[in-house]
Amino acid sequence: MSDAAIPTAARSAPITMVGPIAWVRNNLFSGWFSGLVSMLLLFLIVKWALGFIEWGVINAVWSVPNNQTQACRDLKGTGACWAVITEKHRFILFGTYPYEEQWRAFISILIFIGLFIVSAMRRFWRKELGLIWIGALTAIGVLMWGGVLGLNYVPQERWGGLVITLILATFGLAFAFPLSILVALGRRSKLPAIKALCVLYVELIRGVPLISLLFMASVMFPLFLPEGMNIDKLLRAQIAIILFAGAYLAEVVRGGLQTLPRGQYEAADALGLSYWAKTGLIILPQALRLVIPPLVNTFIGFFKDTSLVLIIGIFDLLTAGKTAIIEPAWQGFGIEVYLTVGFIYFCFCFAMSRYSQNLEAELNQHRVR
Amino acid sequence: MSTSMEAVASAARADAPPAIMLDKVNKWYGALHVLRDVTLNVALGERLVVCGPSGSGKSTLIRCINRLETHQEGTIKVDGIELSDDLRALDAIRREVGMVFQSFNLFPHLTILENCTLAPIWVRHMPKAEAEALAMEYLERVKIPEQAKKYPGQLSGGQQQRVAIARALCMKPKIMLFDEPTSALDPEMIKEVLETMVGLAETGMTMVCVTHEMGFARQVADRVVFMDRGEIVEQGPPGDIFENPRTDRLKLFLSQILRGH
Repeated sequence: MSDAAIPTAARSAPITMVGPIAWVRNNLFSGWFSGLVSMLLLFLIVKWALGFIEWGVINAVWSVPNNQTQACRDLKGTGACWAVITEKHRFILFGTYPYEEQWRAFISILIFIGLFIVSAMRRFWRKELGLIWIGALTAIGVLMWGGVLGLNYVPQERWGGLVITLILATFGLAFAFPLSILVALGRRSKLPAIKALCVLYVELIRGVPLISLLFMASVMFPLFLPEGMNIDKLLRAQIAIILFAGAYLAEVVRGGLQTLPRGQYEAADALGLSYWAKTGLIILPQALRLVIPPLVNTFIGFFKDTSLVLIIGIFDLLTAGKTAIIEPAWQGFGIEVYLTVGFIYFCFCFAMSRYSQNLEAELNQHRVR
Repeated sequence: MSTSMEAVASAARADAPPAIMLDKVNKWYGALHVLRDVTLNVALGERLVVCGPSGSGKSTLIRCINRLETHQEGTIKVDGIELSDDLRALDAIRREVGMVFQSFNLFPHLTILENCTLAPIWVRHMPKAEAEALAMEYLERVKIPEQAKKYPGQLSGGQQQRVAIARALCMKPKIMLFDEPTSALDPEMIKEVLETMVGLAETGMTMVCVTHEMGFARQVADRVVFMDRGEIVEQGPPGDIFENPRTDRLKLFLSQILRGH
């Protein structure tokens, strides 16, 4: 009896139960079959990784003199020709922007990245952030166009590369997201005219491919404008992207609105909150948190969809990469260029994805008991 | 019956205009007639308990009082203001009428304190510090000031319902509506919520409670209204209603309630 009253001293779990050894045992070698599969996959991964290192690092050619690509061609595919990146990276990043002025496009890219980082930090989530955005976007506009402050004027037709991708994606999502919230709310409106308008917008835009919208924006839209009036081609593409992204995001937001129980609306009504107070303080904060994963999914999709503007002759990152290897000397080195361009896209998309996971965990803390 | 009813009402507050007036109110859900010619006056300071079997329209009735549901015929006046499509009148009424729901309906993304200060700040335009002091005062009164920084999900059902009462009181309403406030609670938590409601009744608040808690009705109600199939069947002081039911429908209902407890 008295023995039972003395608690058994706690001891740490045996090494076979916890830690990495246990993990490997439980997950990779839990039986003879899974052990066999694990070994086979491990062999394939190592073989592939060694092959890639050999191609990409050991046998690679990093630079060649004066466009003499003979050294690259001599490899006959056994090594990467990174010289194409060394030679063409400025064209891929900045397109046909005048060479001496490319520092301006470079600073614009840095401003964009800085803007993303600042916006991602929750301690900057207050009213001043709007001013920071206006300031940053104005600075980018001044840098890219020039014509003031002693900067030479660069027409929009000469912009290209990563800057174009960032401009289309940033402005696109910055305008499409608020638009989508209004449309999602409108679709649930009790006013029939507003509801019909929102349904029409979503169904019409969602029903056509982005490419056809871009064509309409670039070819058909100018026909409706009065003589002599011309809206910038980039702006037209931008508007098409905003409208398209807005329709998709609106449905994601609407999905979030529908998950909220009716009691939340009723409680807010019973307290006498106005429609906008109810929506802004009770409904949207809850609904948007719930749809962070599909929202970011759509964001990432649209970041990459901006590459479709190549169809109307705008030089985004991917088009610039494609164009870089048209020159006869560099033909045949597509893999290196596409890997690089793909890596740049991946960096932005992966950052979005990781950030959204942190944000989700942080904002849904109230759900943890 | 009507004389005893009027006696109760006048005892509550002599000669005051009724806080709530319903005159021949009718409501349909599609073809379903859920409120039939309901006429009911609630005096200022009166404590009214509404009971009846499920589907009798009792919840619909009190949800019509702050227009969470709209009625199709008849008039409803709250604090002298008629309920209509006029949004300004509706806002005025909702400021004066607090409501407590069966499923609490706290805002899960806000702390307990934020739940309580939200409406005073955004509807009454009260400074934040003042709203927080007021909220703490009411949280004190429902005996959970120490939970102010937690989220609703971290509280028990009984605690959540007491927060919901405090949240409604922070708007300093003239009238409080309770829609089956204890029906979603475990038995051991019902008591703490009822005690809070009794305490509130003692302050002279005008209260309309839809509840099956007969002990509560006996203790605080000035008048009990029994509804069945969308109409008021009987009403009177709790003693009369529970000891001397006159209609078969009430007798049946009481026997079912008693058997259930």
